[in-house]
Amino acid sequence: MSGFCLSGNSCPAVKNILILDSEGKRVAVKYYSDEWPTNSAKLAFEKSLFGRTLKSNARTEAEITIFDSNIVIYKFVQDLHFFITGGDDENELLLATVLQGLFDAIALRLRNTIDKREALENLDVIFLCIDEVVDQGMILETDANAIAGKVAIQNMDASATLSEQTISQALASAREHLTKTLLK
Amino acid sequence: MAQPFLKKDDDHDDEADYSPFLGIEKGAVLQEARVFNDHQLDPRRCSQVITKLLYLLNQGETFTKVEATEVFFAVTKLFQSRDLGLRRMVYVIIKELSPSADEVIIVTSSLMKDMTSKTDMYRANAIRVLCRITDGTLLTQIERYLKQAIVDKNPVVASAALVSGIHLLQTNPEIVKRWSNEVQEAVQSRAALVQFHALALLHQIRQNDRLAVNKLVSSLTKGSVRSPLAQCLLIRYTSQVIRESASNTQTGDRPFYDFLEGCLRHKAEMVIFEAARAITELNGVTSRELTPAITVLQLFLSSTKPVLRFAAVRTLNKVAMTHPIAVINCNIDMESLISDQNRSIATLAITTLLKTGNESSVDRLMKQITTFMSDIADEFKIVVIEAIRSLCLKFPLKHRSLMNFLSNILREEGGFEYKKAIVDSIVILIRDIPEAKESGLLHLCEFIEDCEFTYLSTQILHFLGIEGPKTSDPSKYIRYIYNRVHLENATVRAGAVSTLAKFGAMVDSLKPRIFVLLRRCLFDTDDEVRDRATLYLNTLGTDGAVVETGEDVKEFLFGSLDIPLVNLERSLKNYEPSEESFDINSVPKEVKIQPLAEKKAPGKKPTGLGGPPPGPPSTIDAYEKLLLSIPEFANFGKLFKSSAPVELTEAETEYAVNVVKHIFDGHVVFQYNCTNTIPEQLLENVTVIVDASEAEEFAEVASKPLRSLPYDSPGQTFVAFEKPEGVPAVGKFSNMLRFIVKEVDPSTGEAEDDGVEDEYQLEELEVVAADYMLKVGVSNFRNAWESMGPDCERVDEYGLGPRENLAEAVNAVINLLGMQPCEGTEVVPSNSRSHTCLLSGVYIGNVKVLVRLQFGIDGPKDVAMKLAVRSEDEAVSDVIHEIVASG
Repeated sequence: MSGFCLSGNSCPAVKNILILDSEGKRVAVKYYSDEWPTNSAKLAFEKSLFGRTLKSNARTEAEITIFDSNIVIYKFVQDLHFFITGGDDENELLLATVLQGLFDAIALRLRNTIDKREALENLDVIFLCIDEVVDQGMILETDANAIAGKVAIQNMDASATLSEQTISQALASAREHLTKTLLK
Repeated sequence: MAQPFLKKDDDHDDEADYSPFLGIEKGAVLQEARVFNDHQLDPRRCSQVITKLLYLLNQGETFTKVEATEVFFAVTKLFQSRDLGLRRMVYVIIKELSPSADEVIIVTSSLMKDMTSKTDMYRANAIRVLCRITDGTLLTQIERYLKQAIVDKNPVVASAALVSGIHLLQTNPEIVKRWSNEVQEAVQSRAALVQFHALALLHQIRQNDRLAVNKLVSSLTKGSVRSPLAQCLLIRYTSQVIRESASNTQTGDRPFYDFLEGCLRHKAEMVIFEAARAITELNGVTSRELTPAITVLQLFLSSTKPVLRFAAVRTLNKVAMTHPIAVINCNIDMESLISDQNRSIATLAITTLLKTGNESSVDRLMKQITTFMSDIADEFKIVVIEAIRSLCLKFPLKHRSLMNFLSNILREEGGFEYKKAIVDSIVILIRDIPEAKESGLLHLCEFIEDCEFTYLSTQILHFLGIEGPKTSDPSKYIRYIYNRVHLENATVRAGAVSTLAKFGAMVDSLKPRIFVLLRRCLFDTDDEVRDRATLYLNTLGTDGAVVETGEDVKEFLFGSLDIPLVNLERSLKNYEPSEESFDINSVPKEVKIQPLAEKKAPGKKPTGLGGPPPGPPSTIDAYEKLLLSIPEFANFGKLFKSSAPVELTEAETEYAVNVVKHIFDGHVVFQYNCTNTIPEQLLENVTVIVDASEAEEFAEVASKPLRSLPYDSPGQTFVAFEKPEGVPAVGKFSNMLRFIVKEVDPSTGEAEDDGVEDEYQLEELEVVAADYMLKVGVSNFRNAWESMGPDCERVDEYGLGPRENLAEAVNAVINLLGMQPCEGTEVVPSNSRSHTCLLSGVYIGNVKVLVRLQFGIDGPKDVAMKLAVRSEDEAVSDVIHEIVASG
């Protein structure tokens, strides 16, 4: 991972984005800062942060705390806990905007059923959303529709992909889609 | 995109814990990754495998070098597929694998093709990936495309290029700086995020050019910025400009203040807050300037969003430290936040109120806090306690109600840290506010009547022993103390006995009664308690009459022990019963840093309430003390200078060693600070063998080995050299660490009996001219220079050869001389072609030296320097020139 070089200047920077489940286990995490050099340091941070925020009610509005001299903003939905961390002199509202952008983009892509199972089944979508929100600590996009749009490549360029699909592939994906809707 | 990964789990609806990654294994996934090599690629399956790989990496799984390379090569095959979804995943996994330089070449051409593709998504992502993994050499090849991308009409592509530019600026500044025209154009973009990224990059390119930043800010503040994020950046840059220009304008009106104030009416909360915060942080902000900012923050206090309330209350909390009056208007809103669900907000509100509160509002505030204290966590309570403590010191007249509050919460339930914070606060109040002493001591007495923490009980007893006898009626404390002897565990009982003895020694009228009590303690079940009682009865005089206690007895009871307790403990353990009695003077006074294990050693009585533990010696005083305590070095005279530690090993080696050079008039002592980083080893008899063949004027006179060096507890060994008196001898020393290594059983921590002799090569160490120079500044260089007079002045000119820039040359000379730069002259403005630097110092033999350096750039890069030295001794002035001439 490349060095974290944004903190020295006045550019807003994100130190990490975490999505944990209701037991504090990782669903998807992304660190942009060298503050947590090893996996065990990261896990320790996640564990104590999860324990600290567990009891708060961050379901309707995002909540906030100072943790280890970092600002952490968090939001829970179903059995998923979303966190974003920034330096302690960061603009809190700016960080909140980033978290909200990510959250809404994921909601759009998962058609509003955000829970652990749906997230794991669509983990590629989650990874892509995180990838589109922050690039090595630098805020890339905060508008949920724009993020979701960038992740939904098939929709953006549907004609190109359809023509490349063989008939059997198209049939297979159609069949799968049908079984899925029937199972629900 | 939304298909499940494993079709076979059809019945997973019933399982609550269902995960598509259940039982996933690295080996199996790596096997699966072979599908990347198939001739007929199945994009969907490949995407799934990539997701699994990403999942593993995300869970903290690591790939070996071979595995990572294999996966990487397989992934590169996927560029053949033209499936967009798959390509997207390929980009992500390449970034995660962070391939090495020789691997990058494999994907370069594919990525460069994507960079020029017609599909926007390809272009944007290929740029991000390529810039992430590339090194400088490739950058020149793709520079043309990046410049185009910055002004691309698709905002996603432009942002990708700009953000990559921001990252690349750290590693390849000269290339990125060439893009400023394009970046400037992008600042005018209609797309919000492009504008934000362009502004960030443009500012970073120009941040060292004050004038350019000034121009940038003044053109943009006229109102062409649309994006809230960009506006936040602009506010930050504006306050930077204000900060730097504040000293120039004396007229009163602050430049750009109107812009900041205007931002308070922006529609985005993020911008409003950024502006309000910027205003509160202005240097020497006036209350007129502050008012509009405080007003918007006050509105935020009653927002429904916790983040907004938090941001506002945190900023106001900071303002309250410097401008408490300005925040008073918010007090009503602040008080309603005391019951906020979010405890971070509540605590910040309380501490702000405590800072802004005036004497009359203290009582009301305390009432409110009392109701609030019961339902917050201990860590927040501690913050509140600390705020109350400082409030009490601010309003000593209010000590009664504040002390009452503290004693009330002391009686309630709470953890150790919380109780300790309260006790510490009461102790501080007793010390600083004489009127609070008697009531405070009684509160403490009541507390120990029902205290579950042995540590706190003994600490309070100790404190009572010091303060109690000095009060008007010491006898009233005796009951509380003697109750401990009946009711508590042995440790507390022993503490109580000592405290009783102190009362007996200090208050002569109480002595007979104390004797009765102490005699009863002679029948205690615990050895320590009985021993202490016997000791005190004997030292205070056995007759129990009302007599004055002797000075030496008082000294024995209350005087501080000047021997480190660890050393005393070790000496006592080593003492074998014999005819000869134990001599306390034989205990070494050398400060040895306590190993962790020994800190927990039981039966050791802490020396003071909350007193700091003896830390490693860091200042010159500590060094001097340390060196004087070693008999071999005691006659070296006054320590002239101790250098900063110089590392002799690389980071993360088996043994970490650094050295501090101590310079005396006729001697040099090397202090090697050694740390053993191997838990399975114990080192004994550690010495450093120094070869001084390249330092002719030095002769080794003494060395002090380190007896044992356990794991992770630093120790020191010393080597001393004699050198000609007053001569700044220089030389090179090579070092070899020699020791006996013993295996340690990690489970028991016990070392084996036999050890093996071993050596460990350390890096070389140099004594340089700068070691003989003390950095001592002067407040007014010109005065000092004039008063020194030109008698011993020596002036000469030197050519320093080609240098990168002036700043580098200036730094090199400062480091060579080891002198203190004066009046900020060590800072060289960028792009300047000449510079004057003023230095001052004290040379060995206590000779004051002043140096004036004039630098100029001669020709393209050649730096020339004129060196003028004034000192109290012309020989020293010559020496300075010699140093520079030979450096």
